Amino acid sequence: MNKVIGIVGAAVLLAGGYYLGQANQPGPTIIKVPSEPRATFSSSGAEEVADTANVPARSLQTPTSGELIVVKDGESIQEAVNAASPGAVIKVMPGVYKETVYIDKDNITLSGVIEQGNYPVLEGEGVRNDAVLYSGNGVTIENLHITHYKGNGVMGQAGNNYIIRNNWIVDTGVYGIFPQLGKNGIVSHNIVSGIEDAAIYVGMSDNVDVVYNQVYESVAGIEIENSRHALVEGNMVYDNTGGILAFITPGLPIKTCGDVIFRNNFVVDNNHENFAIPGSLVSNIPSGTGILVMACDDVVVENNIITGNKSAGMIFTNFELASSASNDPEADPNPNRPRILNNIMRNNGDSPEPVVRAFLATQLELRGPDIVDTVGMDDGCILNPERYRTLGLEKYGECEFDSTANVASYTLPEPVPPRSMEGLDKGKLVYYGVCAGCHAYNSRMIGPPTQIIQALYMDNPQGIADYAANPVKKRQDYPQMPPQAHLDEETRLAAAKFMLELTK
Amino acid sequence: MKHLALRLSLFLLVALGSVVAPAAAATALSEDCPPGFELAAGHCELRSLYQLYPSLEDAGVGGLKTGLPAYRDGFSPQQTDLGRYLFFDPALSGDGTVSCASCHHPDKGFADGRGRSVGISGEPVRRSAPSLWNVAFQQRFFWDARAGSLEEQMQGPLYDEHEMGSTPEQLLRTLNGIPAYRELFAQAWPGDFRSAESQIRLDHIYAAITAFQVSLVSLNSRYDQYAHGYADALSDPEKEGLNIFRSFVARCAECHTPPLFTNRQIAVIGTPEPDGLPFDSGAQQPLNDPSQRGGFKVPSLRNIALTAPYMHSGRFETLREAAAFYTGGRGHAIPEGEELKIHWHIWEPQLTDDELDRLVDFLQTLTDESFKPREPAELPSGLLPVHNSPASTGITLTGEKINE
Repeated sequence: MNKVIGIVGAAVLLAGGYYLGQANQPGPTIIKVPSEPRATFSSSGAEEVADTANVPARSLQTPTSGELIVVKDGESIQEAVNAASPGAVIKVMPGVYKETVYIDKDNITLSGVIEQGNYPVLEGEGVRNDAVLYSGNGVTIENLHITHYKGNGVMGQAGNNYIIRNNWIVDTGVYGIFPQLGKNGIVSHNIVSGIEDAAIYVGMSDNVDVVYNQVYESVAGIEIENSRHALVEGNMVYDNTGGILAFITPGLPIKTCGDVIFRNNFVVDNNHENFAIPGSLVSNIPSGTGILVMACDDVVVENNIITGNKSAGMIFTNFELASSASNDPEADPNPNRPRILNNIMRNNGDSPEPVVRAFLATQLELRGPDIVDTVGMDDGCILNPERYRTLGLEKYGECEFDSTANVASYTLPEPVPPRSMEGLDKGKLVYYGVCAGCHAYNSRMIGPPTQIIQALYMDNPQGIADYAANPVKKRQDYPQMPPQAHLDEETRLAAAKFMLELTK
Repeated sequence: MKHLALRLSLFLLVALGSVVAPAAAATALSEDCPPGFELAAGHCELRSLYQLYPSLEDAGVGGLKTGLPAYRDGFSPQQTDLGRYLFFDPALSGDGTVSCASCHHPDKGFADGRGRSVGISGEPVRRSAPSLWNVAFQQRFFWDARAGSLEEQMQGPLYDEHEMGSTPEQLLRTLNGIPAYRELFAQAWPGDFRSAESQIRLDHIYAAITAFQVSLVSLNSRYDQYAHGYADALSDPEKEGLNIFRSFVARCAECHTPPLFTNRQIAVIGTPEPDGLPFDSGAQQPLNDPSQRGGFKVPSLRNIALTAPYMHSGRFETLREAAAFYTGGRGHAIPEGEELKIHWHIWEPQLTDDELDRLVDFLQTLTDESFKPREPAELPSGLLPVHNSPASTGITLTGEKINE
C-alpha cells in the first residue's frame, strides 16, 4: 500500500519519496528526496551577465591615468575634483571636510585614506545638502565617513559603471547611498545608519550589485526601486523599520522593476519605529517588516536568514500600500512571478503593527505570518512552503529551480561602453546642433553662409577651429561671432572639418 | 465686424492679387531644414550633441550627459516652412484676429507672458499657454495631459470658441479659398496635389503646424555647455544653484530631470490658484482618476526665465516666488476641504533665502533661443500678423489689463 502511494507521489512531484504529515496540519507535509537536478535559474537579463562565468564577478574598476591628487585636512576636496582630469585618483587624508563635493567628469576615483582607524570626515553640520554628487561615468567613491548632511550621503544622477564602497555613513538625512539613473554599479561594504528613508536606495537603475553592506537604524535598509537586474546579497540588515525592499513607485518616468535577487542576507529584528518624512512612500512601511516587495516583478528570495521581524517576515503587495501617492496607469501594480526559494525564517510576526493586524483580522489571524502575499498572485512559486506560516500563497506552485548560483553578479562583465555613434560623427552633430543656429549652407542667417566660409578656409579647418574659439569682428554687415570656446579644440576641429566638406 | 474685415481682406486678396499682397504670390517654401536639423533623403532629422550620450531604458532622464527620449522629426523643409506661415497666420482663427503666435509668441518664450491666455473672445481662458520650446520631446500635451500628440493638441485651441474660434469646415474653406496656400501645400505635399481640384486636407494642416513646432529646439544654453564638459560655462553661484537644484533637499531634478528638465510625468503638487479663481482639478478629469486631482504635467524648465508668470494659471509672477512655493511646506496652499495626494517629493526642504536666489541664478542658465525661427514678413492670406498687436500684450479690447 505504502509503495503504491509512493509511486504515485513520485510521479506527481517528480521526487523520490514522500511522507504524509500529521492529520491536524492544514496540509500534509511532504518529504521529498530530489532524484534529479532541478532546472537552471534564468532571468531575462541573464544572457548579458552570463560571461561572469569566465570573468571574476564584480571585476569593474575605475580606469586610472596615474594622476594623483592628495587632499589634506584644511584643503578642499572640490578644488581637487576641479583640477582633476579623467583618470585621476584623489586621495583624501584623514581630517574634517565641510563641503559638498560634485563630480561632473568621467573616471574619477575619490578615495579616503584611513589611518589608524581615522577616516576623512565629510561633515554636513546639519546645513549642507548632499555630501557627494556625481554625474560622470566610471566614478569610485570609497573610504569616506559621511555625516550630518540634510540630503544624501552619496548621490548619483546618471553615470554608469560606478563603485561606492567601504564608506561609513551616519545620520545624513534622506538617503545614505543613492545611485539613480545609471547602469552597471557596485555598492559594497558600506556601513549606513540613521537614515530617514532608505540607507541604500537604488533608484531607476540597471545592473547593480548591493553586497556585503551593514545597514541599520534607518526607515528602510536597502531599497531597489524601478530598477532591473539587481543582486542584493550578503548584507546585514537589522533594526530598520523595513529591511529589504523592491518597489515600483508609481509616477516615475521608468515604470518597471524586475529580475531582482535577494540572497544570503541577514534580515533581522527590523522593528524600528517608522520615522520617515510624512508623505514619503516609506512612511507606509509597517514597522517590523523583513522583506517588502511592492509591484516589482521576478523577485527571487533565496537563502536569507529572516528572523525577529515583528509584523511579517516577507510581504508581497501591490500599489495599495502606496495609498498616499497618485495612481500610475502606465505601471503594473502587481508583484508578478514572486519566487521564494529556501530561507530560514523564525520569530516573525510576533507583534504586528496595527495596519498589519487589521489585514490579519480579515484572514482570522492574530499573529503576523512569515510570508504574506496580499494580492494572492497565481504565478508565484515557493519551495518547502510547509516550513513557514504563510498567507495568500494558495495559488503558488513549486519553483522549478532551487538556486540562482549561476548568476554570480548582475553587474556586466565589461563596463558599459560609450554610446555607439551609429554613423553620427561629432563634427556633424556640432555643425547641425550648434553652428547651424547662425550658418546655413548657401543662405544668409545671423552669420555668413557656409559656402563663403569654405571659400575662405579651403584646406584649413584648424583656422576655423582657432577663429571660433576667439572670434574678432570681421565683417561690417554681420555681427561679431560669439566665442565657441565651450567646445574643446578636438570638437571644434571636427566641426570645422565637417563644415568644409559640406556640399549642400 | 471682424468677420467682415476678414471677408474684405480675402476679397481684396483674390481680386487684386500680388499687387496688394505680395505674399499672396506663390512664394517658394524653404528647401533648407531649420537650424538643428540635417536634411537626409528629403527629411529633416534632429542633430544634437545629446545624441552622443546613452539614456537608461531610453527614457531621456538622467544627469548631465544623458541622451534624449524618443522625439518627433522627419518632416520635409517645405512642410516645416509651411507650418511657420500657418503658425503666424490669423486666417486660422474664426474671425481673423488670432494666430497661434498670439499665445505662443516667439519673443515671449513661445508663451504669452500672461497668467491665463486670452483668445478670440477677449476673456481669459482657464489656464496659461505653455511654452512650445522642445515640444518635439513631449509625449502628452496640455497642462492636464489630455492630448497624446501635437496633431491632437492643436485641435483644442483651433476650435475652442474662446481661443481661436474656428471650425474644421471653416478652416478648410478659408485655406482652400486662398490660392497662395493651395500653391504652398502643393509644394509641401506634391503627391497630394496632382490636379487643380486637389484640396488641402485637415491632416495636411495639422502635419505642417506640427512640423514647425517640432523645429523649436532649445538645447544650447549655458547649462548645456556645462553639461557637455565646459566647466567655465557656469559661474560659481550658478553651479551652486545647480547643486541645490539636483540635491535631494530641494529635489527639483527629481521631476525636472535633465536633459529636458522634465520627467514628462503628471504630478500633484498643490499650487494655489490666483485669487478668486476656483480650484482646478487638473488631470483628474481626463484620466478619470480622483488620485490625480490637482495633477498637472511637469513642465520643462528650459527657457523658463522667458515665460513668467508661472504655474498652470500663473499664480507666481517670478521665478523666485515659484521656487519659494516648494519650501513653503507640504500642502500649505491646498484650499480648505480639498484632499490631494501630494507628490512625495514635495516636502519641507527649508531652503534658505540664499539658496532660493541661487536656484533662480541657475534657472536663468537654461535660456537658449539660438534656433528661434524668423517670423514671416508677409502671410499667404494677405492678412497682417496679429501677435504683436496691443491685444496680445496684456490689454483686452476694452483696455483692461489682464494679468495683474
